[in-house]
Amino acid sequence: MALKLADYKTDVHNDWCPGCGDFGILNAIQMALADMQVPPHKATIFSGVGCSGKTPHFIRTYGIHTLHGRVMPFAQGAKLSNPGLEVIAVGGDGDGLGIGAGHFVSAGRRNVDMTYIIFNNAVYGLTKGQASPTLKLGMKTKSLPQPNVNNSVNPIALALVAGFTFIARGYSYDVRHLKDLIRKAVEHKGLAFVDVLQPCPTYNDINTKEWFSGSNNIDPVTKKVMPRIYKLEETGYDGIVRDPAEINEKMGKVIEKANEWGDKIPIGVFYQNEHIPTFQERISARIPNYVESPPAKQEIADLSGKTITNIEKLLDDYRLDRENF
Amino acid sequence: MIVNSLSWVIGGAQGSGVDSAANIFSRACAVGGLHVFGKREYYSNIKGEHSYFTVRVAEKRIRSPVDEINILVSFDAETVFRHFDEVTPGGAIFYDSDAAETKLSEVPTVDDYAAARIQGTLEKAGLELTVQGALEHAKKRGVTLYPLPYFKLLEDFAQKMNDPSLSKLARMTNVMALAASMALLEFDIEILARGIKHIFHAKQRVAELNVKAAYHIYEYAKSKFARDGFNYRLTTRAPEPGIIAVQGSQSSALGKMVAGCRFQTYYPITPASDDSEFLESNEVLELYDSGKKGSTVVVQTEDEIAAITMAIGGALAGARSATATSGPGFSLMAEAMGWAGINEVPVVVSLYQRAGPSTGLPTRHEQGDLQFAIHAGHGEFPRIVLASGDIEESFYDTVKAFNLAEKYQLPVIHMLDKAIANSITTCPAFDPARVKIERGAIATKITDAERGAAGNYLRFKLSDNPISPRIPLGTEGAIFWNTGDEHTEEGHITEDPEVRSRMVEKRMGKLEIALKEIPDEDKAMMYGEKDAEIAIIGWGSTKGVVLDVMEKLAEEGIRTKFVQVRLLNPFPADLVKSMIGNAKVVVDIEMNYTSQLGALVKQHTGIEPGHLVVKYNGRPMSLEEVYNAVKRITSGKAPRRQVLKNGT
Repeated sequence: MALKLADYKTDVHNDWCPGCGDFGILNAIQMALADMQVPPHKATIFSGVGCSGKTPHFIRTYGIHTLHGRVMPFAQGAKLSNPGLEVIAVGGDGDGLGIGAGHFVSAGRRNVDMTYIIFNNAVYGLTKGQASPTLKLGMKTKSLPQPNVNNSVNPIALALVAGFTFIARGYSYDVRHLKDLIRKAVEHKGLAFVDVLQPCPTYNDINTKEWFSGSNNIDPVTKKVMPRIYKLEETGYDGIVRDPAEINEKMGKVIEKANEWGDKIPIGVFYQNEHIPTFQERISARIPNYVESPPAKQEIADLSGKTITNIEKLLDDYRLDRENF
Repeated sequence: MIVNSLSWVIGGAQGSGVDSAANIFSRACAVGGLHVFGKREYYSNIKGEHSYFTVRVAEKRIRSPVDEINILVSFDAETVFRHFDEVTPGGAIFYDSDAAETKLSEVPTVDDYAAARIQGTLEKAGLELTVQGALEHAKKRGVTLYPLPYFKLLEDFAQKMNDPSLSKLARMTNVMALAASMALLEFDIEILARGIKHIFHAKQRVAELNVKAAYHIYEYAKSKFARDGFNYRLTTRAPEPGIIAVQGSQSSALGKMVAGCRFQTYYPITPASDDSEFLESNEVLELYDSGKKGSTVVVQTEDEIAAITMAIGGALAGARSATATSGPGFSLMAEAMGWAGINEVPVVVSLYQRAGPSTGLPTRHEQGDLQFAIHAGHGEFPRIVLASGDIEESFYDTVKAFNLAEKYQLPVIHMLDKAIANSITTCPAFDPARVKIERGAIATKITDAERGAAGNYLRFKLSDNPISPRIPLGTEGAIFWNTGDEHTEEGHITEDPEVRSRMVEKRMGKLEIALKEIPDEDKAMMYGEKDAEIAIIGWGSTKGVVLDVMEKLAEEGIRTKFVQVRLLNPFPADLVKSMIGNAKVVVDIEMNYTSQLGALVKQHTGIEPGHLVVKYNGRPMSLEEVYNAVKRITSGKAPRRQVLKNGT
């Protein structure tokens, strides 16, 4: 029987603010899971801490709401122990690019086959609106006592140089487009990153829904709205690396696009490169039966509790009546 | 003539092969049927600073370091400066005769404090501040000196081998120094050669060359030096069956393999890294009765926060998971310990203590993390803390750590330390048949009774039994949630006061069950005489020195007992209290400033140790100083607190 969208929903009361961009991301994740017909027990959603941290509780798959900034190592640990799991990590921009920035970069170096979605609203919501690492320099969102003194990190560019092999950006109010991106990310072989622009109606009074859609950005001449968000795929942009020889050229284009902000903000797939071995493949090169017999699936004892691991050869190294030459 | 009982020390600059030489010596003695106990001391440095390795040799099992040196083997000036005063009368010093004129001031790695002490000793004796002066000082006390012209010896060897390039192989001086001492000890050169081949078995050419050099120097020393003035001999025999010679950095890793630990994460830190590196070096595992291979996935993470959280992720997926670290790393893991506690995740932390706080003495020993291990993390959650007393125990305790973690679904901290990790010992071979793997309650099939109103599995079901069956991620029909917030039975966030109270009670209640179920021998061990009036209490690696001291005291008719606390949390108060029994004198011996175990004993049993013997200079307690401390107590001359200070 086909799985429906409702099969991925829980009855947990959702206490996000009315109009929160998180809702669109939640729906897109659930739609993507239904689209791909992922059996709920096969998927685990990991989250960090903050408003976005609550996401797993609203999704009827295994849901692991971890610590602030640490979602990536938790999620990678589960995936490496059982590569059969479909692992999606979610978290906020403060969570992933502030306190968790080290894990973000290190995850890129590993290229574990999983997906990381950052709910990017440029503020810390649950602690009442402080500046996050993606808030631009000099911006003063309404809870800030002074304009932001830090420059912002560029999540797309950071993901690229860290080694993420799929990099996309979505917009939480374009749910169908975001759903497609999440599906592509999950289906990508390697570590996928989806940066989701997401208004915080309570604390970010600058990058609002109106600001993104352009409804407050009227062309003085034509009197038409000028949407800030545009789709890369509609411009003929192609970030897919089809041949390893074109990696440098494609990476250069990603940086160019990642730097667009203000009147024109691209969404879509910035980069995809399946020529980099995944961490699972790297482990398999050393442990040939890793995928069939990963850590979580290995028998370790017989029925009576006797170990099945034979360390005799190793112990021989210490025995005094045997020698290794 | 003293046969088969000595303390042999080799020293040199870090990176000059001190370790290899000591390992060869230890291996050769063990293969020669003798018992060894060796400990390594080194600076936080890659190359150049002074390191040394002390190996005690005896006919029976020995477990403790000593301060006195019977034979000092050196090939640099600094080793002579650092240790000349520790060599006993009747002992011997092997030294580089080319370095005899080296002045103390010419050795930059002798720091000012050490230089001032050495200077004081030499000036008091009216001797020059040179290697020669130091040697004279030793000679006056009855130490025999054996000059070895290493440069010339290398040249001769190169000529003999018809390979001039060998004369530049200063790396071989370690084995040459070792071989010279073995010649005087009349140790069987064939067995020494076997030791060399064993240690260098991965590098055949190096092994062959070193064997030849060893023979060369062995003959030189035999012909050059008269042996009648030399007091020590080592006579080989067939080793006792079933005895191994093993290093402490590998024992717990071997335990992990047997325990079925299949996922280990770590961030490099001394002295814990060896544990992970050994697992990674042997990541593919042989299995009994199976055509298949097992494996351990070892991941070097970006930091210790990632190490513990990644291990927790592995445990959630169902693997037996662990991380190995030392104090600074464990400090970073504190928050995640609480997450594992509230979500009832079995995870094992091998905590190899070193001297703190902060970076402290990164390569030196201390037992300063006991109270921290028991309390690390904010809020209250259950954890089990156990401590191994020696290398042999650490193998079996490792398996127990995983069993406890899974049976009670909580983090387990297995405490080890630098003294265990960087020592080598002979002991009975580890016997995997002696261990049993217990994985605790795992739900394999979920019944409707185990589901909540929404049809989801109640991972944290509130019932009379606080241990609710865990289930690996990915299991069909068993979806649950975890959160660092307080949770409902399904694992969703709640702030309900009633659920909160019951969940706290569920979690903490597991410790009471653990305390009832854990066998007494895993809680505490009593050694010595049950009705002795002097009870020594301790934990961890001071076990060895205490047992050796007790043997010595017993020879003098002084009756003692030793209560080794192995389970530190939950604290086995009743057992410890009954073991201390009616002892009139309770002596707490531990490697820290604040007598952390003593405080725990007082907290849980009301018994306040009347005597404290502590040490915090980074060097493990020696046989002599602990013996003297206890003797002072038995003679009624001891202050309540004695601080031990020996060590170089």
